[in-house]
Amino acid sequence: MPDGIEMHNVSFSYGSMMVLENINLVVHRGDMLGLIGPNGGGKSTLLKLILGFIKPRTGRISVLGKTPGQIKRRLGYVPQQPGFARDFPINVEQTVLLGRLGMGTGQGWLNSLFYRRYSELDYNETYKALREVGTEHLAGRSMDSLSGGQLQRILIARALVADPEILLLDEPTANIDQESESNIFSLLKKLNRRMTILIVSHDLGFISSYVTRVACVNRTMLEYDTESIDGHVIKDLYGSKVRMISPHATHE
Amino acid sequence: MNEFLNALISQSFLYYALLAGLLASIACGLTGPYVVVKRISFLAGGISHSVLSGMGAAIFFGFDPVAGALAAAVVGAVLIGYISLQWRIHEDTLISALWAIGMASGILFMAKTPGYQTDLMSYLFGNILLVSAANLRFMLITDVILLLAITVWYRQFLAVVFDEEFARLRGVPVIFFYLLLLTLIAVTVVMLIQVVGLIMVLALLTLPAAMAAQYVRTLSRMMLLSILFGSLFTFFGLALSYSMDLPTGPTIILLAGGCYILSTLLSKIRFYRVA
Repeated sequence: MPDGIEMHNVSFSYGSMMVLENINLVVHRGDMLGLIGPNGGGKSTLLKLILGFIKPRTGRISVLGKTPGQIKRRLGYVPQQPGFARDFPINVEQTVLLGRLGMGTGQGWLNSLFYRRYSELDYNETYKALREVGTEHLAGRSMDSLSGGQLQRILIARALVADPEILLLDEPTANIDQESESNIFSLLKKLNRRMTILIVSHDLGFISSYVTRVACVNRTMLEYDTESIDGHVIKDLYGSKVRMISPHATHE
Repeated sequence: MNEFLNALISQSFLYYALLAGLLASIACGLTGPYVVVKRISFLAGGISHSVLSGMGAAIFFGFDPVAGALAAAVVGAVLIGYISLQWRIHEDTLISALWAIGMASGILFMAKTPGYQTDLMSYLFGNILLVSAANLRFMLITDVILLLAITVWYRQFLAVVFDEEFARLRGVPVIFFYLLLLTLIAVTVVMLIQVVGLIMVLALLTLPAAMAAQYVRTLSRMMLLSILFGSLFTFFGLALSYSMDLPTGPTIILLAGGCYILSTLLSKIRFYRVA
Protein backbone atom coordinates (compact mmCIF):
# COMPACT_ATOMS: atom_id res chain seq x y z
CA MET A 1 0.00 0.00 0.00
CA PRO A 2 1.48 3.38 -0.98
CA ASP A 3 2.29 5.93 1.69
CA GLY A 4 0.03 8.87 2.50
CA ILE A 5 2.26 11.59 1.08
CA GLU A 6 5.73 11.28 -0.44
CA MET A 7 7.82 14.23 -1.62
CA HIS A 8 11.15 13.65 -3.33
CA ASN A 9 13.56 16.57 -3.90
CA VAL A 10 10.68 18.98 -4.40
CA SER A 11 11.51 22.61 -5.19
CA PHE A 12 9.18 25.51 -5.83
CA SER A 13 9.71 29.18 -6.60
CA TYR A 14 7.50 32.20 -7.14
CA GLY A 15 9.28 33.87 -10.04
CA SER A 16 12.93 34.01 -9.07
CA MET A 17 12.22 33.67 -5.35
CA MET A 18 12.95 30.15 -4.16
CA VAL A 19 10.29 29.21 -1.61
CA LEU A 20 11.04 25.52 -1.17
CA GLU A 21 14.24 23.74 -2.05
CA ASN A 22 14.92 20.01 -2.14
CA ILE A 23 12.16 19.00 0.19
CA ASN A 24 11.93 15.35 1.15
CA LEU A 25 9.00 14.27 3.24
CA VAL A 26 7.10 11.08 3.92
CA VAL A 27 3.77 11.13 5.72
CA HIS A 28 2.63 7.63 6.63
CA ARG A 29 -0.99 6.61 6.73
CA GLY A 30 -2.44 7.23 10.16
CA ASP A 31 0.11 9.91 10.99
CA MET A 32 -0.88 13.15 12.65
CA LEU A 33 1.94 15.35 11.46
CA GLY A 34 2.59 18.87 12.68
CA LEU A 35 4.30 20.97 10.03
CA ILE A 36 5.98 23.92 11.71
CA GLY A 37 8.34 26.69 10.71
CA PRO A 38 8.66 30.47 10.61
CA ASN A 39 6.19 32.66 8.73
CA GLY A 40 7.20 32.82 5.09
CA GLY A 41 9.08 29.54 5.48
CA GLY A 42 6.97 27.82 2.82
CA LYS A 43 4.48 25.85 4.94
CA SER A 44 1.36 26.95 3.08
CA THR A 45 3.13 26.53 -0.26
CA LEU A 46 3.92 22.95 0.73
CA LEU A 47 0.22 22.34 1.38
CA LYS A 48 -0.75 23.87 -1.96
CA LEU A 49 1.70 21.52 -3.69
CA ILE A 50 0.17 18.49 -1.97
CA LEU A 51 -3.33 19.69 -2.92
CA GLY A 52 -2.24 20.14 -6.54
CA PHE A 53 -3.11 23.85 -6.66
CA ILE A 54 0.45 24.53 -7.81
CA LYS A 55 3.03 22.30 -9.48
CA PRO A 56 6.57 21.77 -8.23
CA ARG A 57 9.40 23.22 -10.31
CA THR A 58 11.41 20.06 -9.78
CA GLY A 59 10.93 16.84 -7.88
CA ARG A 60 8.08 14.40 -7.50
CA ILE A 61 5.02 14.35 -5.24
CA SER A 62 2.86 11.32 -4.74
CA VAL A 63 -0.29 11.33 -2.63
CA LEU A 64 -1.83 7.93 -1.83
CA GLY A 65 0.29 6.63 -4.71
CA LYS A 66 -1.15 9.06 -7.26
CA THR A 67 -0.30 12.56 -8.48
CA PRO A 68 -1.91 15.43 -6.51
CA GLY A 69 -4.16 16.35 -9.46
CA GLN A 70 -5.63 12.85 -9.67
CA ILE A 71 -6.24 12.49 -5.97
CA LYS A 72 -7.57 15.86 -4.84
CA ARG A 73 -11.15 14.68 -4.32
CA ARG A 74 -9.94 12.25 -1.65
CA LEU A 75 -8.27 15.06 0.30
CA GLY A 76 -9.90 17.31 2.86
CA TYR A 77 -8.60 20.86 3.13
CA VAL A 78 -9.20 23.48 5.79
CA PRO A 79 -7.65 26.78 4.65
CA GLN A 80 -6.17 29.39 6.96
CA GLN A 81 -8.43 32.12 5.61
CA PRO A 82 -11.75 30.98 4.21
CA GLY A 83 -11.82 31.59 0.44
CA PHE A 84 -15.17 33.34 0.67
CA ALA A 85 -16.55 36.64 1.89
CA ARG A 86 -18.13 36.21 5.32
CA ASP A 87 -21.25 38.13 4.27
CA PHE A 88 -21.93 35.80 1.32
CA PRO A 89 -25.65 34.93 1.28
CA ILE A 90 -25.34 31.28 2.32
CA ASN A 91 -26.03 29.36 5.52
CA VAL A 92 -24.01 26.73 7.33
CA GLU A 93 -25.96 23.77 5.95
CA GLN A 94 -25.53 24.92 2.34
CA THR A 95 -21.83 25.63 2.89
CA VAL A 96 -21.17 22.14 4.20
CA LEU A 97 -23.34 20.58 1.47
CA LEU A 98 -21.05 22.17 -1.14
CA GLY A 99 -18.34 19.89 0.25
CA ARG A 100 -20.33 17.01 -1.28
CA LEU A 101 -19.74 18.29 -4.82
CA GLY A 102 -17.92 15.71 -6.88
CA MET A 103 -19.16 12.84 -4.70
CA GLY A 104 -21.17 10.06 -6.29
CA THR A 105 -20.42 11.25 -9.80
CA GLY A 106 -17.81 9.67 -12.01
CA GLN A 107 -14.26 10.92 -12.10
CA GLY A 108 -14.37 12.47 -15.56
CA TRP A 109 -14.59 16.16 -16.33
CA LEU A 110 -17.84 15.64 -18.27
CA ASN A 111 -19.54 14.06 -15.28
CA SER A 112 -19.52 17.38 -13.48
CA LEU A 113 -21.76 18.79 -16.23
CA PHE A 114 -24.69 16.48 -15.54
CA TYR A 115 -27.55 17.75 -13.47
CA ARG A 116 -27.73 16.25 -10.02
CA ARG A 117 -29.63 17.39 -6.96
CA TYR A 118 -28.40 16.86 -3.44
CA SER A 119 -29.37 13.35 -2.42
CA GLU A 120 -30.63 12.01 0.87
CA LEU A 121 -27.08 10.75 1.42
CA ASP A 122 -25.63 14.23 0.90
CA TYR A 123 -27.90 15.62 3.63
CA ASN A 124 -27.21 12.69 5.96
CA GLU A 125 -23.45 13.08 5.56
CA THR A 126 -23.74 16.83 6.08
CA TYR A 127 -25.58 16.45 9.38
CA LYS A 128 -23.27 13.64 10.45
CA ALA A 129 -20.29 15.93 9.91
CA LEU A 130 -21.98 18.84 11.68
CA ARG A 131 -22.70 16.55 14.66
CA GLU A 132 -19.17 15.27 14.68
CA VAL A 133 -17.70 18.78 14.98
CA GLY A 134 -20.43 19.71 17.48
CA THR A 135 -22.21 22.39 15.43
CA GLU A 136 -25.48 20.76 14.39
CA HIS A 137 -27.44 23.55 16.11
CA LEU A 138 -25.82 26.12 13.77
CA ALA A 139 -27.12 24.55 10.53
CA GLY A 140 -29.52 27.40 9.73
CA ARG A 141 -27.17 30.22 10.71
CA SER A 142 -25.55 32.54 8.19
CA MET A 143 -21.77 32.42 7.89
CA ASP A 144 -21.19 35.96 9.14
CA SER A 145 -22.93 35.22 12.44
CA LEU A 146 -20.33 32.63 13.48
CA SER A 147 -17.48 33.08 15.94
CA GLY A 148 -13.93 32.23 14.87
CA GLY A 149 -14.06 28.84 16.58
CA GLN A 150 -17.46 27.99 15.09
CA LEU A 151 -16.31 28.99 11.59
CA GLN A 152 -13.27 26.73 11.93
CA ARG A 153 -15.48 23.78 12.91
CA ILE A 154 -17.78 24.40 9.95
CA LEU A 155 -14.77 24.45 7.62
CA ILE A 156 -13.65 21.12 9.11
CA ALA A 157 -17.18 19.73 8.61
CA ARG A 158 -17.11 20.88 4.97
CA ALA A 159 -13.88 18.92 4.50
CA LEU A 160 -15.27 15.85 6.34
CA VAL A 161 -18.44 15.40 4.23
CA ALA A 162 -16.33 14.14 1.35
CA ASP A 163 -14.94 11.39 3.62
CA PRO A 164 -11.29 12.30 2.96
CA GLU A 165 -8.41 9.92 3.51
CA ILE A 166 -6.04 12.75 4.33
CA LEU A 167 -7.06 15.94 6.11
CA LEU A 168 -4.83 18.99 5.60
CA LEU A 169 -5.26 22.02 7.85
CA ASP A 170 -3.51 25.37 7.46
CA GLU A 171 -3.15 27.16 10.81
CA PRO A 172 -6.53 25.91 12.05
CA THR A 173 -6.28 27.78 15.34
CA ALA A 174 -4.72 31.06 14.20
CA ASN A 175 -7.70 33.32 14.90
CA ILE A 176 -9.42 31.68 17.86
CA ASP A 177 -9.17 31.67 21.64
CA GLN A 178 -7.27 29.15 23.76
CA GLU A 179 -10.27 27.08 24.79
CA SER A 180 -11.60 26.63 21.25
CA GLU A 181 -8.04 25.80 20.23
CA SER A 182 -7.75 22.83 22.58
CA ASN A 183 -11.27 21.71 21.62
CA ILE A 184 -10.31 21.69 17.96
CA PHE A 185 -7.13 19.73 18.62
CA SER A 186 -9.08 17.16 20.64
CA LEU A 187 -11.47 16.86 17.71
CA LEU A 188 -8.56 16.36 15.29
CA LYS A 189 -7.06 13.74 17.61
CA LYS A 190 -10.36 11.85 17.41
CA LEU A 191 -10.49 12.19 13.60
CA ASN A 192 -6.92 10.89 13.41
CA ARG A 193 -8.21 7.42 14.34
CA ARG A 194 -9.68 7.10 10.87
CA MET A 195 -7.66 9.49 8.70
CA THR A 196 -4.17 10.83 8.14
CA ILE A 197 -3.84 14.42 9.32
CA LEU A 198 -1.34 17.13 8.42
CA ILE A 199 -1.52 20.37 10.42
CA VAL A 200 0.42 23.48 9.51
CA SER A 201 1.22 25.70 12.46
CA HIS A 202 3.72 28.35 13.45
CA ASP A 203 3.23 27.44 17.10
CA LEU A 204 4.99 24.22 18.05
CA GLY A 205 4.37 24.68 21.77
CA PHE A 206 0.72 23.86 21.58
CA ILE A 207 0.74 21.44 18.70
CA SER A 208 3.40 19.22 20.29
CA SER A 209 1.07 17.60 22.80
CA TYR A 210 -1.32 16.42 20.10
CA VAL A 211 0.65 15.37 17.03
CA THR A 212 2.49 12.09 16.57
CA ARG A 213 5.32 13.61 14.54
CA VAL A 214 6.73 17.03 13.77
CA ALA A 215 8.42 18.35 10.64
CA CYS A 216 10.13 21.74 10.37
CA VAL A 217 10.22 23.64 7.11
CA ASN A 218 12.12 26.82 6.35
CA ARG A 219 12.78 26.96 2.62
CA THR A 220 15.75 24.64 2.35
CA MET A 221 15.46 22.30 5.26
CA LEU A 222 12.82 19.95 6.25
CA GLU A 223 13.99 18.00 9.26
CA TYR A 224 11.80 15.49 10.93
CA ASP A 225 12.04 12.37 12.96
CA THR A 226 10.91 9.18 11.34
CA GLU A 227 9.89 7.48 14.58
CA SER A 228 6.69 8.19 16.43
CA ILE A 229 7.58 10.38 19.36
CA ASP A 230 6.03 11.47 22.61
CA GLY A 231 5.80 14.90 24.18
CA HIS A 232 9.23 14.76 25.84
CA VAL A 233 11.06 14.06 22.62
CA ILE A 234 9.23 16.89 20.89
CA LYS A 235 10.31 19.23 23.67
CA ASP A 236 13.89 18.15 23.12
CA LEU A 237 13.49 18.64 19.42
CA TYR A 238 11.89 22.01 19.95
CA GLY A 239 14.78 23.04 22.19
CA SER A 240 17.41 22.13 19.64
CA LYS A 241 15.49 23.69 16.76
CA VAL A 242 14.50 26.88 18.50
CA ARG A 243 16.92 29.02 16.50
CA MET A 244 15.67 27.62 13.27
CA ILE A 245 12.03 28.41 13.86
CA SER A 246 12.58 31.83 15.43
CA PRO A 247 11.62 34.75 13.15
CA HIS A 248 15.27 35.86 12.92
CA ALA A 249 16.19 32.70 11.12
CA THR A 250 14.45 33.96 8.01
CA HIS A 251 17.05 36.71 7.51
CA GLU A 252 19.86 34.95 5.77
CA MET B 1 -51.35 55.97 -13.47
CA ASN B 2 -54.82 55.25 -14.91
CA GLU B 3 -53.86 57.13 -18.00
CA PHE B 4 -50.77 54.90 -18.33
CA LEU B 5 -52.80 51.71 -17.89
CA ASN B 6 -55.25 52.81 -20.57
CA ALA B 7 -52.41 53.69 -22.92
CA LEU B 8 -50.88 50.29 -22.22
CA ILE B 9 -53.96 48.60 -23.67
CA SER B 10 -54.46 50.94 -26.61
CA GLN B 11 -50.85 51.53 -27.71
CA SER B 12 -48.88 48.45 -28.68
CA PHE B 13 -45.45 50.14 -28.46
CA LEU B 14 -46.05 50.77 -24.77
CA TYR B 15 -47.23 47.21 -24.26
CA TYR B 16 -44.07 45.92 -25.98
CA ALA B 17 -41.95 48.21 -23.87
CA LEU B 18 -43.47 46.84 -20.68
CA LEU B 19 -42.97 43.24 -21.82
CA ALA B 20 -39.35 44.05 -22.70
CA GLY B 21 -38.84 45.57 -19.27
CA LEU B 22 -40.26 42.53 -17.51
CA LEU B 23 -38.25 40.06 -19.61
CA ALA B 24 -35.11 42.09 -18.93
CA SER B 25 -35.90 42.10 -15.21
CA ILE B 26 -36.02 38.30 -15.20
CA ALA B 27 -32.61 38.12 -16.90
CA CYS B 28 -30.92 40.59 -14.59
CA GLY B 29 -32.62 39.03 -11.57
CA LEU B 30 -31.01 35.72 -12.51
CA THR B 31 -27.47 36.92 -13.25
CA GLY B 32 -27.28 40.15 -11.22
CA PRO B 33 -26.94 38.38 -7.84
CA TYR B 34 -23.79 36.62 -9.09
CA VAL B 35 -22.28 39.97 -10.08
CA VAL B 36 -23.08 41.38 -6.64
CA VAL B 37 -21.93 38.48 -4.45
CA LYS B 38 -18.80 37.80 -6.50
CA ARG B 39 -18.10 41.56 -6.62
CA ILE B 40 -17.37 41.62 -10.33
CA SER B 41 -19.33 44.69 -11.38
CA PHE B 42 -16.16 46.18 -12.85
CA LEU B 43 -15.74 43.04 -14.94
CA ALA B 44 -19.38 43.23 -16.01
CA GLY B 45 -18.83 46.89 -16.89
CA GLY B 46 -15.88 45.97 -19.10
CA ILE B 47 -17.90 43.30 -20.86
CA SER B 48 -20.90 45.56 -21.43
CA HIS B 49 -18.90 48.45 -22.85
CA SER B 50 -16.83 46.27 -25.15
CA VAL B 51 -20.16 45.16 -26.67
CA LEU B 52 -20.26 48.42 -28.62
CA SER B 53 -17.38 47.21 -30.81
CA GLY B 54 -19.51 44.29 -32.01
CA MET B 55 -22.52 46.50 -32.63
CA GLY B 56 -20.44 48.97 -34.59
CA ALA B 57 -18.78 46.26 -36.66
CA ALA B 58 -22.14 44.60 -37.39
CA ILE B 59 -23.62 47.89 -38.61
CA PHE B 60 -20.53 48.62 -40.71
CA PHE B 61 -20.57 45.20 -42.40
CA GLY B 62 -24.35 45.16 -42.71
CA PHE B 63 -25.38 42.59 -40.11
CA ASP B 64 -27.97 42.77 -37.36
CA PRO B 65 -26.49 44.92 -34.55
CA VAL B 66 -27.93 42.59 -31.88
CA ALA B 67 -26.07 39.64 -33.44
CA GLY B 68 -22.89 41.73 -33.43
CA ALA B 69 -23.49 42.70 -29.81
CA LEU B 70 -24.03 39.07 -28.86
CA ALA B 71 -20.82 37.95 -30.56
CA ALA B 72 -18.80 40.76 -28.99
CA ALA B 73 -20.34 40.04 -25.57
CA VAL B 74 -19.36 36.39 -25.65
CA VAL B 75 -15.83 37.15 -26.91
CA GLY B 76 -15.53 39.94 -24.33
CA ALA B 77 -16.72 37.68 -21.50
CA VAL B 78 -14.25 34.92 -22.31
CA LEU B 79 -11.37 37.36 -22.86
CA ILE B 80 -12.02 39.38 -19.71
CA GLY B 81 -12.71 36.24 -17.68
CA TYR B 82 -9.46 34.73 -18.85
CA ILE B 83 -7.58 37.91 -17.95
CA SER B 84 -9.06 37.96 -14.47
CA LEU B 85 -8.10 34.31 -13.92
CA GLN B 86 -4.60 34.41 -15.40
CA TRP B 87 -3.28 37.96 -14.93
CA ARG B 88 -4.91 38.96 -11.68
CA ILE B 89 -2.19 41.54 -10.95
CA HIS B 90 -2.96 43.55 -14.08
CA GLU B 91 -6.67 42.79 -14.04
CA ASP B 92 -8.09 46.27 -13.57
CA THR B 93 -5.76 47.99 -16.02
CA LEU B 94 -6.38 45.40 -18.73
CA ILE B 95 -10.14 45.51 -18.24
CA SER B 96 -10.14 49.33 -18.36
CA ALA B 97 -8.22 49.11 -21.62
CA LEU B 98 -10.68 46.64 -23.16
CA TRP B 99 -13.56 48.77 -21.88
CA ALA B 100 -12.26 51.86 -23.69
CA ILE B 101 -10.98 50.07 -26.81
CA GLY B 102 -14.35 48.38 -27.23
CA MET B 103 -16.25 51.65 -27.07
CA ALA B 104 -13.82 53.58 -29.25
CA SER B 105 -13.74 50.96 -32.02
CA GLY B 106 -17.53 50.71 -31.97
CA ILE B 107 -17.92 54.46 -32.41
CA LEU B 108 -15.32 54.50 -35.24
CA PHE B 109 -17.18 51.72 -37.08
CA MET B 110 -20.44 53.61 -36.77
CA ALA B 111 -18.88 56.88 -37.89
CA LYS B 112 -17.46 55.22 -41.00
CA THR B 113 -20.64 53.38 -41.97
CA PRO B 114 -21.58 54.95 -45.34
CA GLY B 115 -25.08 56.31 -45.78
CA TYR B 116 -26.24 55.20 -42.38
CA GLN B 117 -27.11 57.75 -39.72
CA THR B 118 -26.74 55.59 -36.65
CA ASP B 119 -28.50 56.82 -33.60
CA LEU B 120 -25.60 56.29 -31.22
CA MET B 121 -27.64 57.78 -28.40
CA SER B 122 -30.17 54.96 -28.48
CA TYR B 123 -27.39 52.38 -28.01
CA LEU B 124 -25.80 54.33 -25.22
CA PHE B 125 -28.96 55.27 -23.37
CA GLY B 126 -31.42 52.69 -24.67
CA ASN B 127 -34.78 53.11 -26.30
CA ILE B 128 -37.26 50.72 -24.85
CA LEU B 129 -40.07 52.30 -26.86
CA LEU B 130 -38.51 51.01 -30.11
CA VAL B 131 -38.53 47.35 -29.06
CA SER B 132 -39.90 45.10 -31.81
CA ALA B 133 -41.69 41.75 -31.66
CA ALA B 134 -38.47 40.13 -32.90
CA ASN B 135 -36.57 41.73 -30.00
CA LEU B 136 -39.11 40.33 -27.58
CA ARG B 137 -38.71 36.85 -29.01
CA PHE B 138 -34.93 37.10 -28.60
CA MET B 139 -35.41 38.23 -25.00
CA LEU B 140 -37.79 35.39 -24.20
CA ILE B 141 -35.43 32.78 -25.64
CA THR B 142 -32.54 34.31 -23.68
CA ASP B 143 -34.55 34.16 -20.46
CA VAL B 144 -35.32 30.49 -21.00
CA ILE B 145 -31.66 29.69 -21.68
CA LEU B 146 -30.54 31.60 -18.59
CA LEU B 147 -33.14 29.90 -16.42
CA LEU B 148 -32.16 26.45 -17.69
CA ALA B 149 -28.42 27.00 -17.26
CA ILE B 150 -28.77 28.46 -13.78
CA THR B 151 -31.13 25.71 -12.61
CA VAL B 152 -29.04 22.86 -13.98
CA TRP B 153 -25.70 24.17 -12.70
CA TYR B 154 -26.90 26.05 -9.63
CA ARG B 155 -24.53 24.20 -7.29
CA GLN B 156 -21.53 24.50 -9.61
CA PHE B 157 -22.04 28.24 -10.10
CA LEU B 158 -22.59 28.65 -6.36
CA ALA B 159 -19.39 26.74 -5.60
CA VAL B 160 -17.39 28.82 -8.08
CA VAL B 161 -18.60 32.22 -6.88
CA PHE B 162 -18.54 31.19 -3.21
CA ASP B 163 -15.10 29.63 -2.90
CA GLU B 164 -13.07 29.12 -6.06
CA GLU B 165 -10.21 27.24 -4.44
CA PHE B 166 -12.48 24.80 -2.65
CA ALA B 167 -14.55 24.23 -5.80
CA ARG B 168 -11.34 23.31 -7.62
CA LEU B 169 -10.47 20.82 -4.90
CA ARG B 170 -13.88 19.18 -5.27
CA GLY B 171 -13.20 18.63 -8.96
CA VAL B 172 -15.48 21.39 -10.30
CA PRO B 173 -14.04 22.71 -13.61
CA VAL B 174 -13.74 26.23 -12.21
CA ILE B 175 -12.45 27.96 -15.34
CA PHE B 176 -15.23 26.50 -17.49
CA PHE B 177 -18.02 27.50 -15.12
CA TYR B 178 -16.54 30.93 -14.41
CA LEU B 179 -16.32 31.71 -18.13
CA LEU B 180 -19.80 30.26 -18.71
CA LEU B 181 -21.19 32.45 -15.94
CA LEU B 182 -19.54 35.55 -17.43
CA THR B 183 -21.00 34.60 -20.81
CA LEU B 184 -24.48 34.39 -19.29
CA ILE B 185 -23.90 37.82 -17.74
CA ALA B 186 -22.75 39.12 -21.13
CA VAL B 187 -25.92 37.85 -22.81
CA THR B 188 -27.97 39.56 -20.11
CA VAL B 189 -26.08 42.76 -20.82
CA VAL B 190 -26.97 42.62 -24.53
CA MET B 191 -30.60 42.25 -23.54
CA LEU B 192 -30.46 45.13 -21.08
CA ILE B 193 -28.83 47.42 -23.64
CA GLN B 194 -32.13 47.48 -25.51
CA VAL B 195 -33.94 48.61 -22.39
CA VAL B 196 -31.67 51.09 -20.63
CA GLY B 197 -28.67 51.36 -22.97
CA LEU B 198 -25.00 50.58 -22.59
CA ILE B 199 -24.13 53.26 -20.05
CA MET B 200 -26.75 52.27 -17.51
CA VAL B 201 -26.68 48.49 -17.89
CA LEU B 202 -24.62 48.03 -14.78
CA ALA B 203 -27.19 49.77 -12.60
CA LEU B 204 -30.04 47.49 -13.64
CA LEU B 205 -27.79 44.45 -13.28
CA THR B 206 -26.61 45.26 -9.77
CA LEU B 207 -29.12 47.54 -7.99
CA PRO B 208 -32.06 45.09 -7.72
CA ALA B 209 -29.68 42.32 -6.58
CA ALA B 210 -27.83 44.53 -4.09
CA MET B 211 -31.17 45.66 -2.66
CA ALA B 212 -32.40 42.05 -2.45
CA ALA B 213 -29.25 41.12 -0.53
CA GLN B 214 -30.40 43.43 2.27
CA TYR B 215 -33.52 41.33 2.86
CA VAL B 216 -32.72 37.67 2.12
CA ARG B 217 -29.79 35.42 2.93
CA THR B 218 -29.67 32.84 0.14
CA LEU B 219 -28.66 33.23 -3.47
CA SER B 220 -31.86 31.68 -4.88
CA ARG B 221 -34.11 33.99 -2.83
CA MET B 222 -31.92 36.88 -3.88
CA MET B 223 -32.71 35.98 -7.49
CA LEU B 224 -36.48 35.86 -6.90
CA LEU B 225 -36.49 39.15 -5.04
CA SER B 226 -34.24 40.82 -7.66
CA ILE B 227 -36.69 39.79 -10.37
CA LEU B 228 -39.52 41.34 -8.36
CA PHE B 229 -37.59 44.57 -7.69
CA GLY B 230 -36.44 44.81 -11.31
CA SER B 231 -40.01 44.35 -12.56
CA LEU B 232 -41.31 47.03 -10.22
CA PHE B 233 -38.58 49.46 -11.28
CA THR B 234 -39.25 48.96 -14.99
CA PHE B 235 -43.05 49.08 -14.59
CA PHE B 236 -43.16 52.23 -12.51
CA GLY B 237 -40.23 53.75 -14.40
CA LEU B 238 -42.12 53.28 -17.64
CA ALA B 239 -45.32 54.70 -16.16
CA LEU B 240 -43.49 57.69 -14.74
CA SER B 241 -41.63 58.41 -17.98
CA TYR B 242 -44.89 58.14 -19.95
CA SER B 243 -46.96 60.44 -17.77
CA MET B 244 -44.19 63.01 -17.28
CA ASP B 245 -42.75 62.72 -20.80
CA LEU B 246 -39.24 61.74 -19.66
CA PRO B 247 -36.69 59.45 -21.36
CA THR B 248 -37.50 55.92 -20.14
CA GLY B 249 -34.01 54.46 -19.48
CA PRO B 250 -32.79 57.18 -17.13
CA THR B 251 -36.18 57.26 -15.35
CA ILE B 252 -35.97 53.53 -14.60
CA ILE B 253 -32.38 53.86 -13.40
CA LEU B 254 -33.12 56.87 -11.19
CA LEU B 255 -36.05 55.02 -9.64
CA ALA B 256 -33.87 51.95 -9.01
CA GLY B 257 -31.00 54.05 -7.67
CA GLY B 258 -33.28 56.06 -5.39
CA CYS B 259 -34.93 52.94 -3.98
CA TYR B 260 -31.55 51.29 -3.44
CA ILE B 261 -30.18 54.25 -1.51
CA LEU B 262 -33.36 54.52 0.54
CA SER B 263 -33.31 50.82 1.30
CA THR B 264 -29.65 50.98 2.31
CA LEU B 265 -30.33 53.87 4.71
CA LEU B 266 -33.31 52.03 6.18
CA SER B 267 -31.30 48.85 6.70
CA LYS B 268 -28.57 50.86 8.46
CA ILE B 269 -31.15 52.39 10.80
CA ARG B 270 -32.59 48.93 11.46
CA PHE B 271 -29.09 47.67 12.19
CA TYR B 272 -28.35 50.40 14.75
CA ARG B 273 -31.68 49.89 16.48
CA VAL B 274 -30.94 46.21 16.93
CA ALA B 275 -27.34 46.78 17.96
